[in-house]
Amino acid sequence: MNERDIRELIDGVKKGALSRRDFTRKLVAVGLTAPIATQILMHSGVAIAQSKATYKPTKPGGGGPLKVLWWQGPTLLNPHFAVGTKDQDGSRLFYEPLAGWDGDGNLRPVLAAQIPSREDGTIAADGKSVVWKLKKGVTWHDGKPFTADDVVFNWAFAKDPATAATTSGSYKDVTVEKIDDFTVKVIFDKPTPFWADAFVGVNGMIIPKHLFADYTGGKSRDAPTNLKPVGTGPYLFTSFKPGDVVTGVINPKYHQENRPHFDSVEMKGGGDAVSAARAVLQTGEYDFAWNLQVEDEILLRLEKGGKGRVEISPGGNMEHIQVATTDPWTEVDGERSSIKTKHPTLSEPAVRQALSLLIDKASVEKFIYGRTGQATPNFVANPEKYRSKTAKFEFNVDKAADILEKAGWKKGADGIREKDGTKLKFVFQTSINQPRQKTQAIIKQSCQKAGIDVEVKAVVSSVFFSSDVANPDTYPHFYTDLQMYTVTMSQPDPEVYLRQFLTAEVAQKDNKWQGRNITRWRNAEYDATHTTAQTELDPVKRAALLIKCNDMVIENVVVIPVVARPGVVAMNSKLKAEISGWDNNTWDLANWFKEG
Amino acid sequence: MSRQYLIRRLLIALPSLLGISLVLFTVLALAPGDPFGELATNPNVPPEVRMALREKFGLDDPIYLRYIHWLVAMIHGDWGFSFVSRVNVDTLILQRLPATLFVIGSAQLIAILVALPVGVLAGTRPYSIFDQIANTLAFVGFSLPTFFTGLLLILIFSIQLDWLPFVYRSDIAATGFQWVWEYFKQAIMPITVLGLFQGASLVRYVRSAVLDVARLDYITTARSKGIGERRVVIRHVVRTALIPVVTLVALQMPIVFSGAIVTEQIFRIPGIGSLLIASILANDTPVVMAVTFVFACLVVLFNLIADVLYGWLDPRIAFR
Repeated sequence: MNERDIRELIDGVKKGALSRRDFTRKLVAVGLTAPIATQILMHSGVAIAQSKATYKPTKPGGGGPLKVLWWQGPTLLNPHFAVGTKDQDGSRLFYEPLAGWDGDGNLRPVLAAQIPSREDGTIAADGKSVVWKLKKGVTWHDGKPFTADDVVFNWAFAKDPATAATTSGSYKDVTVEKIDDFTVKVIFDKPTPFWADAFVGVNGMIIPKHLFADYTGGKSRDAPTNLKPVGTGPYLFTSFKPGDVVTGVINPKYHQENRPHFDSVEMKGGGDAVSAARAVLQTGEYDFAWNLQVEDEILLRLEKGGKGRVEISPGGNMEHIQVATTDPWTEVDGERSSIKTKHPTLSEPAVRQALSLLIDKASVEKFIYGRTGQATPNFVANPEKYRSKTAKFEFNVDKAADILEKAGWKKGADGIREKDGTKLKFVFQTSINQPRQKTQAIIKQSCQKAGIDVEVKAVVSSVFFSSDVANPDTYPHFYTDLQMYTVTMSQPDPEVYLRQFLTAEVAQKDNKWQGRNITRWRNAEYDATHTTAQTELDPVKRAALLIKCNDMVIENVVVIPVVARPGVVAMNSKLKAEISGWDNNTWDLANWFKEG
Repeated sequence: MSRQYLIRRLLIALPSLLGISLVLFTVLALAPGDPFGELATNPNVPPEVRMALREKFGLDDPIYLRYIHWLVAMIHGDWGFSFVSRVNVDTLILQRLPATLFVIGSAQLIAILVALPVGVLAGTRPYSIFDQIANTLAFVGFSLPTFFTGLLLILIFSIQLDWLPFVYRSDIAATGFQWVWEYFKQAIMPITVLGLFQGASLVRYVRSAVLDVARLDYITTARSKGIGERRVVIRHVVRTALIPVVTLVALQMPIVFSGAIVTEQIFRIPGIGSLLIASILANDTPVVMAVTFVFACLVVLFNLIADVLYGWLDPRIAFR
């Protein structure tokens, strides 16, 4: 799909010939995300759908206690220090951003009065700034008013390298100015088409200036408010035991009318995913359980209990196989897989093509992941409800064998193909995790049929996912031919996510393997395309560029996507809660309610 | 008992604790893993943040320097802070201690209260029906691991019968009698599981101790003097037989503080055991170090207490 195609689609939407949802579905099919599609329509002057919650209760409170189970409990409650989703979700009980992302990728205002737009001029025409109007009359839990000063403070707090905030990626390249008490301006150093990052969603939660001003930079750990949050959210903090439990009671002065529905909230941690699912689906002891990466078979059985249901929300998690481009078996200047080498067999396009035909994604989905992992042709996540029926992936052993045969790889006496004395033998590593080992087995089997010998290797998760410079078995070292794990696109915009194929990001000894480009694939055209996309203001052109990036990665078989792993939660059958794959699980907590 | 003996024992304990801390620290430092591993897979977090955090928390220093820092701070009473929650380690441990003391302490208490009479009765009437039953149950009790009995009880009492909750909550909102009842209800299953396991081995121990003593000549003498059976058992047999049992119980006391990792995980009890396992999984070295070191201190301390108790109960043993 190129620029012209997208423009035709937009015209279709404008004329009413194409529905907004169909438009989104078409863009998602080529590897873009729903939020990007929405933004394209917005920029093209198509009125944006107001993202609204379906909230029925007519008065605040009265819903009794809300009990949710996070089997890894939050360990800290400062959103700027959040290490994982558990901490972000816990912080979101009390803190709020200016706007959040709903499940369809639309922005919904929370602390902002409205979403900035091109029409009213709050998004600058040159793409170098965006103006946020803040909601008036919002107070912090201690009664102080929420103003633009708080917003500006959060930027200064997070971007300070001494604070070492995990959110700093969203703030370090922008400047934030206060215009008046309820208006702030975010200024970018270059034209930035994707402006909704700072103060939005996961990284956007705002902490109060009056309680943190004395604790910035190196002193940030000492802030007493780190442990007893004072936010603007629907619940007032009552108690916190790291890793165990967070509790809160209804905020009577909450800034959204008639909300929240529940009188108190309790987020309990500990235990394991299966028993968490059991406590919601089978015994009904809890109302909601998070991140149930459990075999679908078990979930289906527990659902028969009738006390609750499992909800699947598309998001940015991608289980994929990386294919080496450098030689992992030769050491150059003290490192294997050095970019000075070339992979002896995988550098041949025919071998890569054959390999991509040998991954039986449909079986992996059907027999291993079920509803919790959907086979996908694209590297950029592909939510099911928008999935195009035309985009396809292929599994064909005969075709793969044929490609190899034509490229001169002949079967030897042992059934393994070889050319000029080099055999097609690969070492395939992943972390120890049952579904992954099963997937390895499926792939090994089909490769064997095609005459490729695959040796599987499984590394303990704590080693595989560590950033230990000295350990050769970590995923950033990638000292094997193939490896498999899940990458997360934590932002709705794929630009940052697609950085992992840039030449400048190659993980190697020089940067202590901190680079994001693990496959060490280098392609000048890709680099150029991505660089252009970074500053391309026309959202349509930009979308086309990002689609091209995804396509180049797939066509060159840099990685082979296996399954997209959606968010899986369990909730009480009476509970109504909107879950979004683009934001925290608790992003919409204020609108959660139970039906009578 | 001499004071000199006590002082000498305490002085001997110091170098052994130092040695224990050195070994623990080295093992933890050499173990693979990284408290900020999760940040590495998140493309939104710039690598510099992770580097800055590592530097800030001193993870890039050589091991011996880190050990000396830890030791000096520990001597000053500063236990350090958790990498994961950035909360002081002593606060974390104190938060978790009540649940562990309550659940494991009650289990231990029940185990002793049940095991003593059962063991004595079984020992004084060897191979009777009562002894056979007690023996069988004891075997069942300590051959079934706690993760099995725990899940079994959950399946029966929470899922099938729906009588008891299987998620332990430390923040029950009710007051008065309601509060006691709720607390009692959620604690029944974990206490039973642990009590069964600990009580079973204790029964076997008491029984064999009683059996040993009952055969001794002075018991026969006591019987031939015409003292009633009840008095023989209580005054002569049990008193002597309990000396080794007291030692065993004293040596088991550190477990009450260290928590039961498996049981706490199954029932989501926010105790020391679950803190330890969560910290190990997150590579939160300061917390793991503190918990294991406190445990080591308790083992050394209770060993000393056991020795002292032993001498006090049995005057034949002299302190030298």
